[in-house]
Amino acid sequence: MKKITLLLSLLLCLPAMAKDIIVKDGDSIQAAVNEAVSGDVILIHPGTYRESVYVDKDNITLRGVVVEGEWPVMEGDHKLNDAILYSGNNFTVEWLKIVHYKGNAIMGQSGNNYVIRNNWVVDTGVYGIFPQYGKNGLIEYNVLSGIEDAAIYVGMCDNVDVKHNEVFDSVAGIEIENTRHALVENNYAHNNTAGILVFITPGLPIKTAYDIIVRDNFVVNNNTPNFGAPGSIVSKVPVGVGIVVMAADDVKIEGNIITGNQTAGIVITDLAFVTDVASDKESEPNPDNIKVLDNLMFNNGFDPVAEVKAAMLTKFKTTGPDILANIGSAQEPDNCILNAERYTSFGIGKWSKCELTTTADVTTYLLPADAAPREIETDADRVARLYKGICAGCHAYNLRMIGPPAMAIQAQYYDNPQGIADYLANPVKKRPDFPPMPSQGHLSEELRLKVAEYMLCLSPKNLEAVAANQGQVAKCEKMSK
Amino acid sequence: MKCLRWLAVFSLIAPAVWAEDPQDDWQLSEVCPPGFVLEGESCKFSSLYSEYPSLQDAGMGGLKVGLPEPRDGFKPAEIDLGRLLFFDPVLSGDGSVSCASCHQPDKGFTDGRALSRGIHGQIAERSAPSLWNVGFLDTLFWDGRAKSLEEQMLGPLYAEHEMGNTPEQLMASLSANPTYVKLFKQAFPERGLTLDTVYIALAAFESSLISLNSRYDLYAHGFHDVLNQNEIEGMNIFRSFVARCGECHTPPLFTNRELAVLGTPEPTGRPLDIGAEGPTGDRSLRGGFKVPTLRNIELTAPYMHSGRFKTLRETVEFYTKGRGHAVPEGEHLSIHWHIWEPKLTDAELDRLVDFLLTLTDQSFMPVIPERVPSGLSVVDALNHSEITTTPVAMGDTP
Repeated sequence: MKKITLLLSLLLCLPAMAKDIIVKDGDSIQAAVNEAVSGDVILIHPGTYRESVYVDKDNITLRGVVVEGEWPVMEGDHKLNDAILYSGNNFTVEWLKIVHYKGNAIMGQSGNNYVIRNNWVVDTGVYGIFPQYGKNGLIEYNVLSGIEDAAIYVGMCDNVDVKHNEVFDSVAGIEIENTRHALVENNYAHNNTAGILVFITPGLPIKTAYDIIVRDNFVVNNNTPNFGAPGSIVSKVPVGVGIVVMAADDVKIEGNIITGNQTAGIVITDLAFVTDVASDKESEPNPDNIKVLDNLMFNNGFDPVAEVKAAMLTKFKTTGPDILANIGSAQEPDNCILNAERYTSFGIGKWSKCELTTTADVTTYLLPADAAPREIETDADRVARLYKGICAGCHAYNLRMIGPPAMAIQAQYYDNPQGIADYLANPVKKRPDFPPMPSQGHLSEELRLKVAEYMLCLSPKNLEAVAANQGQVAKCEKMSK
Repeated sequence: MKCLRWLAVFSLIAPAVWAEDPQDDWQLSEVCPPGFVLEGESCKFSSLYSEYPSLQDAGMGGLKVGLPEPRDGFKPAEIDLGRLLFFDPVLSGDGSVSCASCHQPDKGFTDGRALSRGIHGQIAERSAPSLWNVGFLDTLFWDGRAKSLEEQMLGPLYAEHEMGNTPEQLMASLSANPTYVKLFKQAFPERGLTLDTVYIALAAFESSLISLNSRYDLYAHGFHDVLNQNEIEGMNIFRSFVARCGECHTPPLFTNRELAVLGTPEPTGRPLDIGAEGPTGDRSLRGGFKVPTLRNIELTAPYMHSGRFKTLRETVEFYTKGRGHAVPEGEHLSIHWHIWEPKLTDAELDRLVDFLLTLTDQSFMPVIPERVPSGLSVVDALNHSEITTTPVAMGDTP
């Protein structure tokens, strides 16, 4: 038995070999994720998968296998919430067709270094692709339609490239919100209510949006009536707008083809744009340092919403503009434009001429190296932190706290880590002057044993106390390395 | 041989500190409470979460994510003195209630009431919030009007219908107590007993109430077997964009520390509580309240700012009954965009409750002192509401 344990622990020390895990029609993708370890690639073959998959591990890839046009399809039947939820770092998802979910096709929470590409998403509820609280992500070559909020919604992220995607028949095509260092490039946003939104939304815990480039996109015919859920922020966006910048700063708009949007091509606005939302003193409401470089725009504003029509009437026009700077600070000269005379416009009279002529020097906002991995990655770290975070709360080394000092426990169990491990699973009140210990039976037997060994090795002083047991000394020495 | 070793070890052990011996003279702790490690002279917060990063250092976002800046750096003696003050009814105007009367340790540091009770059985306007992890908050009170613990505590201490004290009387009663004078000298050798050091000690104790070792936390740290299938399902509903719970109750604190307008109903007969519109005068924050933590939520019923919901099940159901369904007629509230119609099934609501129960962790419960320097009864103060008032059924109006 001991030999087996030793063998097992040796095996655990070896770096796991990355492997492919095959999932076929009728199998469960989640089962494959549960089996997967860091580095594994899950290959999903054509078939229909009715499930919500969550990935709370690092370095996992979900890759669809498309065979002669047959895709693996995740089908939510309008009943399941999200197709894929991930929180792990270095997560990749590609080549999946995802349809009919209620919440999202792909939603990330705090996963860094994510790659979301080559997915085909239809009618997945509120959002299609939605990374949140993530650093360093690539979203490319996805096709999304029929989304009731934003097809691609980058919310509270840093360093993201959104490139070569097609987004249509949605309320918002692409939304970059409370996010920094974003490149939105060469996407095709058409037939949405609005094409591309760059927003600060008030009331969120991360308050800023800046350093954003919207470049070389096709933003065309975004005239779909707004079908956003009542009360949602996008439900307040007027129909027929190509690009909206609300309250964000340092946004550069260059090289886009913006045509056929019935209210306006580009709208720059402060937070007053959305009404009936609780205010947030900490959200800076003004769009500052917006740079509209050369873009191709025509045939925008042919049938503007009433408010824009009314504004244009003050200029004796009945059609909407290519560029609209909406009241207040949006009209200030910290915003600039190149070749303003080419466009129909409203409210940009005070704008300056941009000194910058191109954003070409920025090729990506991805980090040169991945965002740092999380600290707690190795087994030894895990054990140490488990001890410090949980056990040390009650057991100081040589002081009485809630539980007896580790020193006293070492004296009792110096040659018997298994005794501690067993006790952890099923503590019985042993010492009359201490409260009973809560069970740690939810930890695996292996982990309980490791924590017990860690406790026995806590102090170099303890080496003396366990000197009678050579095996234990060696273990402690190994641990202290 | 074993016995000998035992003896040797125990002779090295320092005398009891956290658990008290009533025979001893008053002495403040020299060790940090659980969750803190001594660095130099002061206690530094330490947790499995401490070394995870978080985007923009916001201290929130997901499973393996760091926390916001903690209030730490207090000395063990300051924290321990705060503990004595917290449980001592001498802090109230008539010596009948302590902080712990409304923030009872066994009820998640709340009082189990819809509306809290002050001295002479007077009824407060809102429900007592939990104090677990309160040291991470930068917005306090339901309406968010205080920005620090020191600022917050002035409210209950000096409100006539809560603890009913005055700064003058508080100083007088503490100064008249030689034990407190001595203990303040011990904890604050330079400043001794002042109103400020009273507030610092209380803030030090409150910041030491750490609950970050629930079964959920073990899952977050990568021990996935600790949650069962129902609980994991509940977690996925919680963080999905259909239910959206996690968008405001964001881990690891399970609050994003923002205000939100939800439009929850008041207990029958009570008028709408205008919440954050009060202190801000901002109409768009009418009915806005601080997003509370969900840590130890199992222990803190009834729920919401005025205790309208008795159970977690009722509470989660509120969110699927329709945007604005409980807003009184003729009222307009700028309800938060995350309040929508997620159409959660009964089974999903059950799973959400399953998940919420995984957030219970009281392993770092402080020791309730058996006696306090004033000589007043700690226990009577804890049972204050039972002994001084007739319990009033929920939903009754004052």
